[in-house]
Amino acid sequence: MTNISLNLGGESNHHPTPTHWKTYFTFSTDHKVIGIQYLATSFIFFLVGGIFAMILRGELVTPESDLIDRTVYNGMFTMHGTVMLFLWTFPSLVGLANYLVPIMIGARDMAFPRLNAAAFWMVPVVGILLMSSFAVPGGPAQAGWWAYPPVSLQNPTGNLINGQVLWLLAVAISGVSSIMGAVNFVTTIVKMRAPGMGFFKMPLFVWAVFSAQIIQLFGLPALTAGAVMLLFDLTVGTGFFNPINGGNPVMFQHYFWFYSHPAVYVIILPIFGIFSEIFPVYSRKPLFGYKVVAISSMLIAVVSAIVWVHHMYVSGTPGWMRLLFMLTTMFVSVPTGIKVFAWVGTIWGGKIKLTTPMLFALGGLIMFVFAGITGIMLSSVPIDVHVNNTYFVVGHFHYVLYGTVTMGMYAAIYHWFPKMTGRMFNEGWGRVHFWLAFIGTNLNFLPMHPLGLQGMLRRVASYAPEYTFWNILASLGAFLLGMSTLPFIFNILVSWLDGEKAPPNPWRAIGLEWLISSPPSVENFEEIPIIISEPYGYGKSEPLTANLENSTMEMVE
Amino acid sequence: MNIRLIVNIFLVMTLGIFITFLSIFIGKQSYSWLPPQAAAESHLIDNLFSFLVTIGAFIFLGVTAAILYSVLFHRARIYDFTDGPHIEGNITLEIIWTAIPIMLVLWIATYSYQVYETIGIQGPGHLLHLHNPLPIQLSLGKKEQEPTATSLDKPLENIDVVAKQWAWIFSYPQQGITSTELHLPSNQRVHLALQSEDVLHGFYIPAFRVKQDIVPGKTIDFEFTPTLIGKYSLTDSQYSGTYFATMEAKVIVQSPEDYDKWLKKAASQSPTAAPNQAATEYAQTHNKNIQLGWKTVPPAAPPVVNFVGDSHL
Repeated sequence: MTNISLNLGGESNHHPTPTHWKTYFTFSTDHKVIGIQYLATSFIFFLVGGIFAMILRGELVTPESDLIDRTVYNGMFTMHGTVMLFLWTFPSLVGLANYLVPIMIGARDMAFPRLNAAAFWMVPVVGILLMSSFAVPGGPAQAGWWAYPPVSLQNPTGNLINGQVLWLLAVAISGVSSIMGAVNFVTTIVKMRAPGMGFFKMPLFVWAVFSAQIIQLFGLPALTAGAVMLLFDLTVGTGFFNPINGGNPVMFQHYFWFYSHPAVYVIILPIFGIFSEIFPVYSRKPLFGYKVVAISSMLIAVVSAIVWVHHMYVSGTPGWMRLLFMLTTMFVSVPTGIKVFAWVGTIWGGKIKLTTPMLFALGGLIMFVFAGITGIMLSSVPIDVHVNNTYFVVGHFHYVLYGTVTMGMYAAIYHWFPKMTGRMFNEGWGRVHFWLAFIGTNLNFLPMHPLGLQGMLRRVASYAPEYTFWNILASLGAFLLGMSTLPFIFNILVSWLDGEKAPPNPWRAIGLEWLISSPPSVENFEEIPIIISEPYGYGKSEPLTANLENSTMEMVE
Repeated sequence: MNIRLIVNIFLVMTLGIFITFLSIFIGKQSYSWLPPQAAAESHLIDNLFSFLVTIGAFIFLGVTAAILYSVLFHRARIYDFTDGPHIEGNITLEIIWTAIPIMLVLWIATYSYQVYETIGIQGPGHLLHLHNPLPIQLSLGKKEQEPTATSLDKPLENIDVVAKQWAWIFSYPQQGITSTELHLPSNQRVHLALQSEDVLHGFYIPAFRVKQDIVPGKTIDFEFTPTLIGKYSLTDSQYSGTYFATMEAKVIVQSPEDYDKWLKKAASQSPTAAPNQAATEYAQTHNKNIQLGWKTVPPAAPPVVNFVGDSHL
């Protein structure tokens, strides 16, 4: 499709009509529309999962099970984990990647636009399946987001259509959607980079998405297969994992974790990519050790495939297996540490501006270091024998999932909001949001560590009275976190509707996405850019492309 | 060398020394975050944990200090929109911060491996039963003179453990009694045979630092050595359904004499039904007209055992 117009001074002087809101409810094949569809849908489910968390923390204010029935509590923690993972983190990151990757590599769209749209529209289907499980007899799945058999096979109502079946269908469909997305991203990144953009001229966000989507390709089939086999055990009585029929329940754990461990790297790698994009902009310095950071993303993807048994140290695995996976798990901290040091090296000696995206990225980085340290503790078999399945693990992974992933997502949303919507957000409310979220996260999840060390188990609706103090603190933090989303929602909605118009490059950043208008035109680029320099060229006066207007540093109009 | 460089190096070294001492202090505090050390294994695990806390604190404080320093002193001036220095990397620094973590990882892995082998908790899949696990010093919790006995001086005490939804039953096959409270003799290694009647459960005693999932369809060997006399808690660590949080049993570590007395007392009692929290709660909620929850797997009947413990949480 051609977009015939008079070139009156480059990409950035276009002011295309903003996309009509109805387009976001259609089967659009434009990666930018799909990206925003993913982001908006996933954020709604983030709030749903958040409400479930508020209910859980409400119950845990007191030691007794006195707020809701135990079956309701078990359904809540199962659905909290499931919704947060399959309907918030994965879709939001895919949405962000969808929006940014084609622009960052100088392409007009993804390799397979219709496959892209199809993959998105499966997400509301997954959402509807999971939400409808509250209405079926027996309620939603109550076996945790892991769905370990034999508990997940118990089906107290005896109905064929029950919460666990709907859960398994939802997870299988989510797997298909993700595999479709993975095929699309890997193909796009390999085949559709603009002329001049070799692999080592790609922005690190693209490297991160590339590594993450490769993991999806090799890992998801195992989860999908495990879910299908479990579904057969549950509905027709096969004996894959059901010990009554001769199956091995620990085998399910292998199928589950073979994907679900690398899955956490699928989640964290794009966040690392976001940090790598944000720190240079707000320090005005190149990313420290760009090539090494790029390679470490791929290395993490490779090593992530051989650590899964660290979730099964006490499951009934033999000693040699525990120790082998302990070594591989500890080893993954090396490329991860390299990135952390590289980010510190990036901001060190720069010209730092503490804007909202920078605050979220810095807060996310500090909380990630803490999470990484508790992760090393967990990787040690003797330590994990003590704290496995306690709140220590819950504290660890929430520092990662909220402290790093969600904070990183907020950083990304604020940073690219002007590009996506053509509007500026309110910086003051952004800072309020940051401080409430930072304090709330630490208040909510730090107390979980002493609780776990003292032996408080996870997934319990009631606990021994000696654990009350830390639980009250954690619940206060949770309610604060819940409140912290309000300034964000308010800021985004009001700014999107009525914010100051955004120039092409409000942050004076270097990157292909900053050379086009805010929001971009449908085809992204008038002319496909020809790349001539490496990314993050702060402090040099090298143009990024040979043909586009390379500097949009002045405020347009 | 100019003064600025010397001052900077001095400041960094001072900060480094301060962080080192602070990390060591925090490492010492970490023992207080853990439950009392009631088994021979506990000490080894707590020492490993303290080691990891020390190193972790050092890394966290160091990285956070660097970030905070930058955020405070490397800020752009208010109207300065120009770029910072074009520094793309530093090979020496990158080699250092790759090599040191690799060495740390190898150190931590080796230390963890040694602890694992020493505690010898077993678990499934052991092709040969080690009749001589490495001896562990006992009774390190007491402040007075320790006996220097090791865990191998006496034969293993064998106890069978059955987990079901939602109760624990302990059988002492040599004495032919059953109980819902786990009594153990101090300073003697125990061997448990763990079984489940229905779903996955987890055998976990925080004070001992030991845990093992129980897999239905198998009997799993598990060993450890309780040392400190007292009352502790056994909980079900692997999610096992509706009333999983109620599955707690008391663990009583007694002197060998008191333990023998208890065994005889239990043998003299005829089996009665033990109080069971899951069964009690189920009976209360399922008699009501309005159900506030969803349908659940009903709890198994309360276990009928010789010795009925206090099941109050």
